[in-house]
Amino acid sequence: MIRVTLPAHLRKLAQVEGEVKLEVQGRVTLGSLLDALEAKYPMLRGTIRDHATQKRRALVRFFACQEDLSHEAPDIVLPDAVADGSEPFMIVGAIAGG
Amino acid sequence: MVGTRKGGFILTADGKRDRWDITGPFFAGWEIYHLKGSPVDPNRLYASQSSSWFGQIIQRSDDGGKNWHQPGTPPGEPTTAPDGSPKGESNKFVYDISFNTGKPLTTHQWYDGTPHPWEFKRVWHLEPSLTDPEAVYAGVEDAALFRTTDGGENWQELAGLRGHGTGSSWAPGAGGLCLHSILLDPGNPKRIFTAISSAGAFRTDDGGETWQPINSGLHSLYIPDPTAEIGHCVHRIAMHPARPKVLFMQKHWDVLRSDDAGESWQEVSGNLPSDFGFVIDVHAHEPNTVYVVPIKSDSEHFPPDGKLRVYRSRRGGDDWEALTKGLPQKDCYVNVLRDAMAVDSLDKCGVYFGTTGGQVYASIDAGDNWAAIVRDLPPVVSVEVQTLP
Repeated sequence: MIRVTLPAHLRKLAQVEGEVKLEVQGRVTLGSLLDALEAKYPMLRGTIRDHATQKRRALVRFFACQEDLSHEAPDIVLPDAVADGSEPFMIVGAIAGG
Repeated sequence: MVGTRKGGFILTADGKRDRWDITGPFFAGWEIYHLKGSPVDPNRLYASQSSSWFGQIIQRSDDGGKNWHQPGTPPGEPTTAPDGSPKGESNKFVYDISFNTGKPLTTHQWYDGTPHPWEFKRVWHLEPSLTDPEAVYAGVEDAALFRTTDGGENWQELAGLRGHGTGSSWAPGAGGLCLHSILLDPGNPKRIFTAISSAGAFRTDDGGETWQPINSGLHSLYIPDPTAEIGHCVHRIAMHPARPKVLFMQKHWDVLRSDDAGESWQEVSGNLPSDFGFVIDVHAHEPNTVYVVPIKSDSEHFPPDGKLRVYRSRRGGDDWEALTKGLPQKDCYVNVLRDAMAVDSLDKCGVYFGTTGGQVYASIDAGDNWAAIVRDLPPVVSVEVQTLP
């Protein structure tokens, strides 16, 4: 079971508390994880990746296992610790504003 | 209904309008550019919720604002149809790039005059249909007009507006390239007026398929050709439903009027202390009574002399009177943004506006006297009124 942490605003949209648990079929890549997240929580489509381009929104970042995965390609295989649920995949809203 | 930089609020009163209940914030922490109810089903409300982080969300209420939901795919349901095509989602605003209607629509002008691709940013204004609660028009940034006919689940662009010929030369104003005004002609369901900063005003007479600029008579010294067909920074247009050929406009500078559905415009700024401003609205029962809030200048977005004054003309412009009773007349340096004024339809017309300082002011006597309903909201972006039976 994959664990995903969401920023507070997206937890509220998805009507979840705490971490999200996901099943991902096949290889666990950045793209397949986000596909599974959006399939389980359709209201998040467009909020993390742009609807038209599927690119990560500029003020959203991805982290896991102390690594910044924000700029990785969708087909990158995520660390085993994410795939087996021992570490969360973190979706983070950039710190911005006054 | 009040949209602010940090959430939406609903202010409710009975017909006396002297005691107000305030509920909210709805969608706390998000920018609520606009909330508006269907004129044929007052319990059906739509809200534009957006953020720089997470983009655009459309929310819908079917019970007058008590409960809200995104009209897309419910959780747990497949996000693709049986044929494999993706289902619509309420926040999916994708420009038309189809061969027939969208192919030429590749770029608009950037601030420096260079071509810039169209990029959807947010919904500025939601205008529910006059006849169908499931149908809504959305004015968006970068400027385009979208429509839903299924209660907000799917949105399609009316690409004839961007594609009518001048779209590639539209350029943004300081607030972005936004389509902010949508006026539906109650006597002619195929006629729609829109306005864009800073392209100008446009009209369709065939339900949105084809469009024409309607900017003849506008004079803007801040563009290379002051009387150009497009490029004018129109801040707001308004009409009275009983007289839909008469339009009023607050431009970047100048207040104008058209008596022929936008074919020609005449300046009616008259004795205003400044003809810069954002809002303009029309009395619910007097089609010739118009309201504006003069702002000092394009670089000083606050009222002249620190006095917050609504100006009313009972003659359709030119001759304006200051309305000051109950409004701060010293040390006031707030702005009133373009969607932040509305009127109710009670016998004595109520007029309402919100400020960037978080105040919402109401007048229950057509502007003669004012009082603050609330003083400390986040900066107000929009104000809409529903008059319920």
